[in-house]
Amino acid sequence: MTTEFPYMEVDSELCKGCQLCIDVCPKGVIAISDKLNSYSYHPAYYTGEGCTGCGLCFYACPEPGAIRVVKP
Amino acid sequence: MAKVFEKPASFYSEFERKSAGHKKTTHYCPGCGHGNVHKMIAEAIEDLGVAERSVFVSPVGCSVFGYYYFNSGNFQSAHGRAAAVATGIKRANPDSIVMSYQGDGDLAAIGTAETVHAANRGENISVFFINNAIYGMTGGQMAPTTMIGQRTTTTPRGRTEVDHGNPVRMCEILATLPAPTFITRVGLGNSKQIMQARKAIRKALQIQIEGKGYSFVEILAPCPTGWKMDPPEARDHLTKVMEEIFPLGVYKDVSDEAEAGHWNRISKPFDVEARHAYLQSMKTPLSLEPVPLAKDLACKFAGFGGQGVLTLGLFLAQVGMKAGHQVSWIPAYGPEMRGGTANCSVNICRGRIGAPTVDHPNVLVVMNQPSLDMFEDTVVDGGWIFVDSGICTGVPDRKRLRAIMLPATEIADKIGSPKVANVVMLGAICAATGIFGADYVKETLRIIIKRKELLDTNLLAFDAGWQAVVEQG
Amino acid sequence: MARQFMKGNDAIILGALAAGCRAYYGYPITPASEIAHAASLHFPALGGVFIQAESEVAAINMVYGTAGMGIRAMTASSSPGFSLKQEGLSYIAGAELPCVVVNIVRGGPGLGNIAPEQADYFQITKGGGHGNYRLIALAPNSAQEMCNLTMLAFDLADKYRNPACIMADGITGQMMEVVDIPEPKPIPFDHRSWAVHGDAQTRQNLISSIFLEPEELEKHNLKLDRKYREIMAHEVRHETYRTEDADLVVVAYGVTSRIVYSAIDQAREAGLKVGLLRPITIWPFPSQAVAEAAQKAKQILVVELSTGQMVEDVQLAVLGRCPVHFYGRCGGMVPSSNEILSECERILAGGKN
Repeated sequence: MTTEFPYMEVDSELCKGCQLCIDVCPKGVIAISDKLNSYSYHPAYYTGEGCTGCGLCFYACPEPGAIRVVKP
Repeated sequence: MAKVFEKPASFYSEFERKSAGHKKTTHYCPGCGHGNVHKMIAEAIEDLGVAERSVFVSPVGCSVFGYYYFNSGNFQSAHGRAAAVATGIKRANPDSIVMSYQGDGDLAAIGTAETVHAANRGENISVFFINNAIYGMTGGQMAPTTMIGQRTTTTPRGRTEVDHGNPVRMCEILATLPAPTFITRVGLGNSKQIMQARKAIRKALQIQIEGKGYSFVEILAPCPTGWKMDPPEARDHLTKVMEEIFPLGVYKDVSDEAEAGHWNRISKPFDVEARHAYLQSMKTPLSLEPVPLAKDLACKFAGFGGQGVLTLGLFLAQVGMKAGHQVSWIPAYGPEMRGGTANCSVNICRGRIGAPTVDHPNVLVVMNQPSLDMFEDTVVDGGWIFVDSGICTGVPDRKRLRAIMLPATEIADKIGSPKVANVVMLGAICAATGIFGADYVKETLRIIIKRKELLDTNLLAFDAGWQAVVEQG
Repeated sequence: MARQFMKGNDAIILGALAAGCRAYYGYPITPASEIAHAASLHFPALGGVFIQAESEVAAINMVYGTAGMGIRAMTASSSPGFSLKQEGLSYIAGAELPCVVVNIVRGGPGLGNIAPEQADYFQITKGGGHGNYRLIALAPNSAQEMCNLTMLAFDLADKYRNPACIMADGITGQMMEVVDIPEPKPIPFDHRSWAVHGDAQTRQNLISSIFLEPEELEKHNLKLDRKYREIMAHEVRHETYRTEDADLVVVAYGVTSRIVYSAIDQAREAGLKVGLLRPITIWPFPSQAVAEAAQKAKQILVVELSTGQMVEDVQLAVLGRCPVHFYGRCGGMVPSSNEILSECERILAGGKN
């Protein structure tokens, strides 16, 4: 995924669905999926628009590699 | 230039040591604070450029598997001992960057002593303390930091002051110590707190890198499983309830004033030559002509503590060593010490010394009455007994033993100090038994008496003891 | 020859320095404290580390940290303190780290007293802490051996990546004798395959005793067991004195063996054929030598400063080949050579007098 806009991405297999990223996102652009991943968690996902690349979700996420944020 | 927030390189790309589950996720529960702190530490290690030098010490508790994740040197330590292990690592290799990562049970209950004393020594390490007010790994029991009223599996009715004591505040305790450089409490309750925690973690490592000493970062962390809350609820609980008991803030920070390198310790390998030179410098600088020994000596020297009987034994043993013989010396030890007497046993032998203990001396010196009472009968028939007749009231059996009676302490006092009564006795022993000549012993004394201002008195004492025996014929 | 008159406790540090030990962590306790005194004087002078730890527990865990760096480290204590170190020793053995620990044994149980005993034999030779592990255990009986066996202990510890223990009684620690100053040796072991040095090359290594999966932990235990069998096959050390024609062989170690030397000389003068078998390693135990002695001798007598601990290993080695007698003193009481001689006479007379 390449874009000129900031974005965040969630590796749905590494997400444990704790929702802390959703909680801290100032723009409210992260949501929880209806689908289950293979570890039976509902992973978070980027709704696709409005990310400022602030990185707060990255630090709020307890998993080392579940969230990646890019600010071009 | 794009800014990318992603998994720091100081994490392993895959967590190969993890035994079960996904090799790219942690073993922690959803919403657990450990993962956040791990991430911020890994990022700091990378950013500060110390990845190759880093050594991470995992505790016992939920973070027992810290070594699954950090691409650093890793130690797993016993419960509560991480600060001691970290001390052993850092002191052995001061170039390493050592992190002790511990939970509340580990750091503030079973490891309180190690924590306090590592801080008190100002160990140049970084301690990360995860306080979630509960024992997670073992099943939600009370932690030292569990709050009053909090229900845990061992406080089913809630913690009370009277039954369980109050929550322990480690920052406040450690801040009373002079040595620590940086002590702070941060939280993971919201983004602002998380970014402050990130800053504190980096600062703690930076202080260590600069050799500025001990840092302690307490991080209030949620345990959604142990607290029986969902993750967002647990974060709220942290800011609303936990912070009341554990106020965030900097409790001590002298990092600006601290001199860089002040807390670096020296540890260097010493090669064989250095060790050889050092050990050779320890040898006794003396070689005298060997003196043949007519008979093996088994001696006992006894008296009150302070009369110098142990030193008397040491002097005679050292003369024996210079003369080329096997010698042993044992201070009064165990049951022999009863009755207010001090004594020692000395063997001087031509060959190997068997029993170093002396049960039946052929030379006995007694400088007080209890010693005479206790040891006279142990002397072999025909053996020598030397009695300080100015102090002892009794008289030994002159038919069975060769007895020399002399007021050694009085003689010593006239010379200038009652403390040299033991050397008066040494002169008497040598004169009576003829084992070592006067010049020979005095030459030895010149070398082994460390305080040179006392040497003349000692030499006079030796001569006086020798003379007293000669006069007795 | 460079010689020095020194305490057994001081000689331990002489040996440690010669062996290239670089760190000492300890806690004061009688009758072992002179070891810490000497370490505090000499280690910093050579650029090494000395810490008076807050506890015995902390001291042994500091050893764990330094040993895990592949650097020679040691601690020393006496019985109550040695009990406290058991946790750390189990972890060190589990993580396969080399180090040397010294126990200058005093009277027990509990606080007991500061007088000499040998009643920590079980604790030292049978494990002490939790889990399947052993300490390599050496039992010096002179100040010179305190030095020399400490040097050997460091080499054995490195060779097998296992803690090695010097077990001495309080007398051997407190006694002063003439010691030949040892020649230092280079350390012929490379630790880079397992140690964490805090550098790039050893970054992948892990110092740990945790094996979560039962299959893995069993494998680890079996590996340790193979190592212990290898030690038992190659590292047994003992000495004998006048056993060639002995009707009665006395088995004793530490200071007790010294008293037995004297008793044997007395016995021989009286025409009694008595000899000494002295274990130098108490683990691994010289079982084969004891078995061979039992084959030739008519009787075995075990003398210890305890109510009977090593005697069990002797009985296991003898396997009923001949009678095994026991004579022990404890609580700090030390037998005289006459006492031991009387016991020998009693046994050789058929136990009648």
